[in-house]
Amino acid sequence: MLFAVFLPVLLAIFIPFFSKWKEKIHTGYFVLLAPLAVFIYFVPHVGNDFSPVSQSYNWIPSLNIGLDFYLDGLSLLFVLLISGIGTLVTFYSIFYLHKSERLDQFYVYLLLFMTAMFGVVLSDNVFVLYSFWELTSISSFLLIGYWNYREGSRYGALKSMLITVFGGLSMLGGFILLSIITETTSIQAMMEQADVILSSEYFGLILALVLLGAFTKSAQFPFHIWLPDAMEAPTPVSAYLHSATMVKAGIFLVARFTPIFSGSDWFFVFVSGIGILTLVWGSYMAVRQTDLKGILAFSTISQLGMIMSMLGFGTSVAIFAAVFHILNHATFKGSLFMIAGIVDHETGTRDIRRLGGLATLMPISATLAFFGTFSMAGVPLPFLNGFYSKEMFFDASLEIHESSIAFANVLAQAIPYLAVFGSIFTFVYSMYLVFGTFMGEKKLDQLKMKPHEAPIGMLVSPIILVLGVVIIGIFPNLVNSTFLAHTAEAIYGQPMKAKHVEFWHGWITPLYMSLIVVGVGAVLAFTRKSWNSIYSFFPGKLSFNKVYDFLVDQSEKASAKITNLYMTGSLRLYMALILVAILVCSFGVLWITDGFAFDTTGLAEITVHEILIALTMAVAAICTIFTRNKIAAILILGVVGYGLALLFVVYRAPDLALTQLVVETITVALFLLCFYHLPNLRERTEKASQKLINIVISVAFGTLMTVVAISAHSTKLFDKISDYFLETSYKLGGGDNVVNVILVDMRGIDTLFEIVVLGIAAFAIYGLIKLRNKKEAE
Amino acid sequence: MELIMSILAGVLFTAGVYNLLQKQMLRIIIGTALISHGAHLFILTMGELKTGAPPILDYDIEHYADPLPQALILTSIVISFGVTSLLLVLAYRASKENGTDNMEKLRGNEND
Repeated sequence: MLFAVFLPVLLAIFIPFFSKWKEKIHTGYFVLLAPLAVFIYFVPHVGNDFSPVSQSYNWIPSLNIGLDFYLDGLSLLFVLLISGIGTLVTFYSIFYLHKSERLDQFYVYLLLFMTAMFGVVLSDNVFVLYSFWELTSISSFLLIGYWNYREGSRYGALKSMLITVFGGLSMLGGFILLSIITETTSIQAMMEQADVILSSEYFGLILALVLLGAFTKSAQFPFHIWLPDAMEAPTPVSAYLHSATMVKAGIFLVARFTPIFSGSDWFFVFVSGIGILTLVWGSYMAVRQTDLKGILAFSTISQLGMIMSMLGFGTSVAIFAAVFHILNHATFKGSLFMIAGIVDHETGTRDIRRLGGLATLMPISATLAFFGTFSMAGVPLPFLNGFYSKEMFFDASLEIHESSIAFANVLAQAIPYLAVFGSIFTFVYSMYLVFGTFMGEKKLDQLKMKPHEAPIGMLVSPIILVLGVVIIGIFPNLVNSTFLAHTAEAIYGQPMKAKHVEFWHGWITPLYMSLIVVGVGAVLAFTRKSWNSIYSFFPGKLSFNKVYDFLVDQSEKASAKITNLYMTGSLRLYMALILVAILVCSFGVLWITDGFAFDTTGLAEITVHEILIALTMAVAAICTIFTRNKIAAILILGVVGYGLALLFVVYRAPDLALTQLVVETITVALFLLCFYHLPNLRERTEKASQKLINIVISVAFGTLMTVVAISAHSTKLFDKISDYFLETSYKLGGGDNVVNVILVDMRGIDTLFEIVVLGIAAFAIYGLIKLRNKKEAE
Repeated sequence: MELIMSILAGVLFTAGVYNLLQKQMLRIIIGTALISHGAHLFILTMGELKTGAPPILDYDIEHYADPLPQALILTSIVISFGVTSLLLVLAYRASKENGTDNMEKLRGNEND
């Protein structure tokens, strides 16, 4: 399985070599090999006696993360869908994309996506699953933005990226919690500990985080907004990613975790509630669209909502219906997207208002579209698979178990009505889509080119998919016992008999519901123009796109505002902020740890001459603030320096006193030299409030240092090391002057780099003085 | 005595920081010089100020002043001297080049 998962990416490495010959042979033919090989590899697993297969490969054993693959019924369904439709889409893209496009990039992205999807559905390790999950987001981003010179493509790509990565990250949070609680990273092992997870205090959070990931990926309300904008991608991509595979990753995730979560009532409330809401909203909004792919995008949203709500119901009928519909939806929606692409390709527009009457010009496409849309609408005909799933959906919506949460019970009562409502609109947009495009009057003058039937190669893939629709429609039990029963079993968590699907059930409630849908839907579909204005009242101007745009816009503006607030370019302000931060942190720590100590034992004697020196220094230091004469300022600074030198003398530090005297003298000389060229000190012109802030900050900082000095002096935790220096200075260093021995012998490296600092300063000063700009040179 | 020295160091820091928060470049350099004086005093006070002999070995003497802070301060004096002189020349050049020594006017160009 490892090889199967990574085969597409391995092939992607050779794409640049293949595309060298793209003038002779379309790169797509090479790419075709990957999904086809994977499909052929996995097909033999289909059968009555299927049992799960698991394989492990080492990746990061220390973190308990391995490339663990697990093939059960659920993964098998998805892996076959991905590779099967992947083959068809690649074949379709060979005829859809002209050789002048950047084919190598397109196919590299597509192969990357295939690997990511195989990884998502086959992974047993939550973190590996997450890695592949994000890879699907990234490759989808690249594919949506494929025509990156278009504004719309870039907008759509960014939007889908932001929303799906937001969900992906929250899902990672859920996975981390899960792996901490269960102490394992394997999904199968987590299932065995379902009761541990359900009784955990973090269960609510886990459920919310994981479902957020699934809902954003599968375009559930209100995160559905990225999907219509993702239609900027080339049509093969829309058909593959945004109808059949990637958007079902969220469905897959919910299905995969159903055995763990289904014990919770909140799972029912969230998954069916959001699912049914998405179904209703998506189908309602689809009727409003004028772009073929826009209709299909909202249709995808609504169908995903339907599958999601069935997973939420959690009964065996519902789960079987969900699985059945995953397969059915992939067949008809894939074909419809391809036909939308053909129409776009052959007429130059996807705007349904400019299309019409194409049935006689494009008979094959029209026939395929009729099959696809009627199946999507759930028209009760014995050769359409969509009808069976719709009827099972109605059946499931009627059989929801009683729940202990009051809200869940209300929801359960409302679901059949909502289901019928959503299905009516599904019927309406399906009819609108197919009749609007292929029937009615011809509007050839509004088209860029004269429409004609697509080349046969382009039609092969939709024909195969529609054959799938019809075959499943006529022999629904063909796939059930061999294939779908295993899938449903994997989700349901218990052995399950294959449901026998028949066209005719007798006069039962679901059938009446279907007939209502067809009846009301037909009436609404043909009177669509007269009630279409309802959309200007509801939702009117309300739109989640606006919310998204507002959020993105505001987050940019707000962060710019915050940055501009403190990044003013004023060094004074930065200094003040730094000092305030130091003050807050230091006083905070002193306060919290009760760090202030005051201990008067062992202090040195107070003598008068020291106090005099200290007073002089303090007065001089404060005077520097008030002086306006630069020479005076330098001399006053000199007083502080020489005062310090005197203190060094008092405190028995002859070397220090010497150095300080010399350095102070040179500094004063330097200052005098330099200041001669500098403008005189001006009177300080800051405002009174500014002055007050400066005073507060500086006094607080001085107080902090005093407090720290006193506290540090009052708490002596260890003996000092200096005795060692004093003892060994002569023995080891061969010198009597301990300070000098420390400087050149015991801590010689300090001195070396201090010399380096002086040297660098000297060079820098030399450079600065020698540096002349043009004006001065002239 | 350590208490008084701590307070003196605090006063030096106060005056230094106040100068640092000014607009004029010269005052800022004076501020840094004051702060380094304060820091040296701070380090010295952290050792012991008790009277002992200067740390130059002699057989008759039992108690010496702490040599380690002295070595550290010596290094620090030299480094702060280097930095101060560089700052001075830099301030000189900057005010020559830009025609102003007012920090509020020396802001980066928004379009850089």
